[in-house]
Amino acid sequence: MSDLLGLNAVAAREALDKKAISAVELTTAYLGAAEATAGLNNYVALTADHALAMAAESDKRIAAGAAGLLEGLPIGVKDLFCTKGISSTACSNILKGFVPPYESTVTANLWAAGGVMLGKLNCDEFAMGSGNENSAFGPAVNPWQGKDKVDLVPGGSSGGSASAVAARSALLATGTDTGGSIRQPAAFCGVVGLKPTYGRCSRWGIVAFASSLDQAGPFTRTVADNALIMTAMASHDAKDSTSTQTPLQDLIGAVGDGVKGMKIGVPKEYGMDGMDSEVVTLWEQGQAWLRDAGAELIDVSLPHTKYALPAYYIIAPAEASSNLARYDGVRYGMRVDAETLDGMYEATRAAGFGEEVQRRIMIGTYVLSAGYYDAYYLKAQKVRRLIKGDFDEAFQTVDALLTPATPSAAFPVGRKIDDPVTNFLNDVFTVPANLAGLPGIAVPGGVTSDGLPLGLQVLGRPFDEASLYRVAGVLEQAAGFKMTPARMAGGAA
Amino acid sequence: MSVDKTTVAKIARLARINVPDDRLEPLATELNGILNWIAELDEVNTDNVEPLASVTGHALPMRNDVVTDGNRLDDVLSNVPEGASGFFVVPKVVE
Repeated sequence: MSDLLGLNAVAAREALDKKAISAVELTTAYLGAAEATAGLNNYVALTADHALAMAAESDKRIAAGAAGLLEGLPIGVKDLFCTKGISSTACSNILKGFVPPYESTVTANLWAAGGVMLGKLNCDEFAMGSGNENSAFGPAVNPWQGKDKVDLVPGGSSGGSASAVAARSALLATGTDTGGSIRQPAAFCGVVGLKPTYGRCSRWGIVAFASSLDQAGPFTRTVADNALIMTAMASHDAKDSTSTQTPLQDLIGAVGDGVKGMKIGVPKEYGMDGMDSEVVTLWEQGQAWLRDAGAELIDVSLPHTKYALPAYYIIAPAEASSNLARYDGVRYGMRVDAETLDGMYEATRAAGFGEEVQRRIMIGTYVLSAGYYDAYYLKAQKVRRLIKGDFDEAFQTVDALLTPATPSAAFPVGRKIDDPVTNFLNDVFTVPANLAGLPGIAVPGGVTSDGLPLGLQVLGRPFDEASLYRVAGVLEQAAGFKMTPARMAGGAA
Repeated sequence: MSVDKTTVAKIARLARINVPDDRLEPLATELNGILNWIAELDEVNTDNVEPLASVTGHALPMRNDVVTDGNRLDDVLSNVPEGASGFFVVPKVVE
């Protein structure tokens, strides 16, 4: 088999089971791909020996007829997941050198299913960002390029994950999504990214950003691959008190089920002023694809949509300021010595946290401080209920919602932005689902006139990931998205 | 509502982050930019709306109050910046 990197996960599983390829061969090919595309800076640690040892074990299990769901498939892990014995830093200086003595539940599930860990992937520091530019390891780069060949961001915060799957230096990757950190980079890099329902995947062992919003999910090349890894990732976990006991649907079977008879809502508030016309065109095209496949398209209204972003930028920093209080230089991570205990805390946190993280901790501290709690935090939580109410109402009528994934295609690395609010706007279509706890998937739909990928987003009812995969499967087939990025391992096909 | 240099210094102190004096003014400008934008929420009528803190809808599960894990001194101390004799070491807090 010559084109190992060309196999998607489902095809690779088949080839492994037929012994047409070995897990060690496949892993070796991906390790080579990661080295060949090192310029994209999407890995912060490549764990080659560990990967090859895991792959050799996979080959033994395949030979013994005991292959797991992900047996032998090479997986990259966002550096926000704690991996036992392997440096886990959340791409922050404050955690440089931190080696967890435990494994996150999500990654433990992947390894139990036979997955092979390639290494740790770049992300925004503590998952705070939309371009992967806030990383202590420097920015990850998007393998796609426009006509001017300028380096573009892969999106964020799971930018390294999206970049690696698009560049074929990881067959599968994990990410986390607090306000769009899986769906936005998936759209920017032309890959499939799912944020499951809040509670579907355990948060245990994932570095916390905003606990009521954080959710882990997968990046893949195809919708079927996504359903495959998602089936292994999800589990009930007593170690996460918000982890669900709702049984997992048959996700793999749902992919080919089609949308005949489904009611798909089109929320008018997602048509925003000043939106890229190519994004609007793709959105309309997506509606036509679903109609042609037998779905009924219904206009719906989510009236509080425009308030989702400001509410998010109160709630997420508030939770972050509390979660990040643990980085104090005492028990793990960086420490800057000072005369007094408070002085040590202040010096450590000033040196260890990057600019964006400090800014968000300060906003969060302010909105939770005495005298401002009601005006900001409580107000935002009330608006959050109204946003969730909008979705509850819409889902009385429709089975899923179709929206654009992002308001534009990927932007250049280092684009100068003075106003932090401008960067926040990248998440305008993705944040509402986090506030409401709903599942969402981004699927590549087409490219801009400059040749950059654009994605469509499907949102669904809580714990109805199956409907997302049904819709995404139809969109994928109709779009026939076969283009590959310029800076892909093995060269463009 | 807007913040000035003194307020930024106070927030920084609450957050236990050392902010040099020459950063207070720029930070005030940045934070005000965000806070002014957030103020958009004032348009929304939230009378009689209950705040939403969790979307799960289920009550937190209960379990027996027993030790489920422990006796892992080496694990707990494996990443300590400064430790001695099985303890975390911090600057002196009691005279």
